[in-house]
Amino acid sequence: MTQPTIDLATFDELKQTAGADFIMELVDTFLAEAPLLLDELRRSFATRDANVFRRAAHSLKSNSNTFGAHTLGAMARELELAGLDPVVRANGQPLEALAQEYARVTAALTELRDA
Amino acid sequence: MREAGHGAARLLVVDDNKVNRLLLTRSLELQGHSVASAENGRVALEMLRRESFDLLLLDMEMPEMDGFQVLEQLVGDLQLRDLPVIVTSSLEGIDSVVRCIELGAEDYLTKPVNPVLLKARLGASLEKKRLRDQQKEWMRRFATREVAQDLQQSGFALGGKRVHGAVMFSDIRGFTPLAESQPPEETIELLNTYYTLMFDAISSHGGVVTLMAGDGLMAIFGAPQPMPDPCGNAVRTALEMIETMDLFNLERVAAGKPPIKIGIGIASGEMVAGYAGTNERATYTCIGDTVNLASRLEAHTKVAGRTILIDSATRAALSDRVGVELLGTVAIRGKAVPVEVHSVNLGQKL
Repeated sequence: MTQPTIDLATFDELKQTAGADFIMELVDTFLAEAPLLLDELRRSFATRDANVFRRAAHSLKSNSNTFGAHTLGAMARELELAGLDPVVRANGQPLEALAQEYARVTAALTELRDA
Repeated sequence: MREAGHGAARLLVVDDNKVNRLLLTRSLELQGHSVASAENGRVALEMLRRESFDLLLLDMEMPEMDGFQVLEQLVGDLQLRDLPVIVTSSLEGIDSVVRCIELGAEDYLTKPVNPVLLKARLGASLEKKRLRDQQKEWMRRFATREVAQDLQQSGFALGGKRVHGAVMFSDIRGFTPLAESQPPEETIELLNTYYTLMFDAISSHGGVVTLMAGDGLMAIFGAPQPMPDPCGNAVRTALEMIETMDLFNLERVAAGKPPIKIGIGIASGEMVAGYAGTNERATYTCIGDTVNLASRLEAHTKVAGRTILIDSATRAALSDRVGVELLGTVAIRGKAVPVEVHSVNLGQKL
């Protein structure tokens, strides 16, 4: 995956259409909500709740793409489509990779917000 | 419910995801709309049943009640089934799009929603809604509330069903010489006033006007919606019509104009009520012997020199309190056997 963490074209377009002030608020909302989604993924993986798992992955995918975090979006999409089984087989490894990518996204978005 | 200027609408955004909800709300507000939001389908339905909205933007994947369930509820709800819905979702697969459209969604936008596309789709949906609202308004004006309701509930199909009810015919005596003696503008104005007064009397007793022709009108009591006492209602209406015309005539005479006299015939029994015509142009009407008899009785008012004539079936259904005079049997065209004709006493309060 050679994609940048945040696709700047997408982010700038969002900023332009919604307004700079609003984007700061929206980034904050995402940074507050996304960790809850990651928690939900881990929890539903532990309890093997496929529905909650799929829905959390779906939400994370949709939000990531909104900000241009396409790598994170693609990873979440894969979880949404493939469901729990591959994650169970890989001992939860995809969730760790997802968390690492999310950490990169957090850093990049924070920087963009404070720029 | 529209505020905020031209083209602005009142919208409801439903999405369980806060980022999506905020962003969509913001985009729509920037386009000048007034926006409320809900975090799941259950909350959205509560809001829709409480407040009035022009359009719903609906996410599919939600806890508690998802978008599909909301669409199903809307289809089954008489008040809400015309509400336009634009689905905004990032659901995977064409099947979900198809399922949304089949459930009555007007349009489908994938998330992240492109603001330009959103504006175009929203504009088109709101315009369609405006046209539909206008059609409903026209239907109310031209069809009467009961027929409009019947059409909304049961849809349109040519053909009739047997109903039991009362039919009324009424027309203005000596209308042709009157129309010839005055300018046409004055005649139209007279007819408009006359129809307004008569419609008011008829609909206040649950009757439905099914025909207006020149100075004559036909009304049905007991269809499309059945009613407990169609004969009583028809006779009460007739008395009120006469009373109203008396008041109207006081004004006319005071203005130096000739009074307007009307004749009314009422018959009751079984008839066939429904939509007749073609699929393109149809009218709600009633047919059958009962209808013919009511029309003949109305014509007979001139011969008998009475104002309200009713048949024996209508007479039998009325309470004994109603003052009626039996005029005897009359040979009616189209009837093999002469029929009993009764005249309703004027000026009685029922």
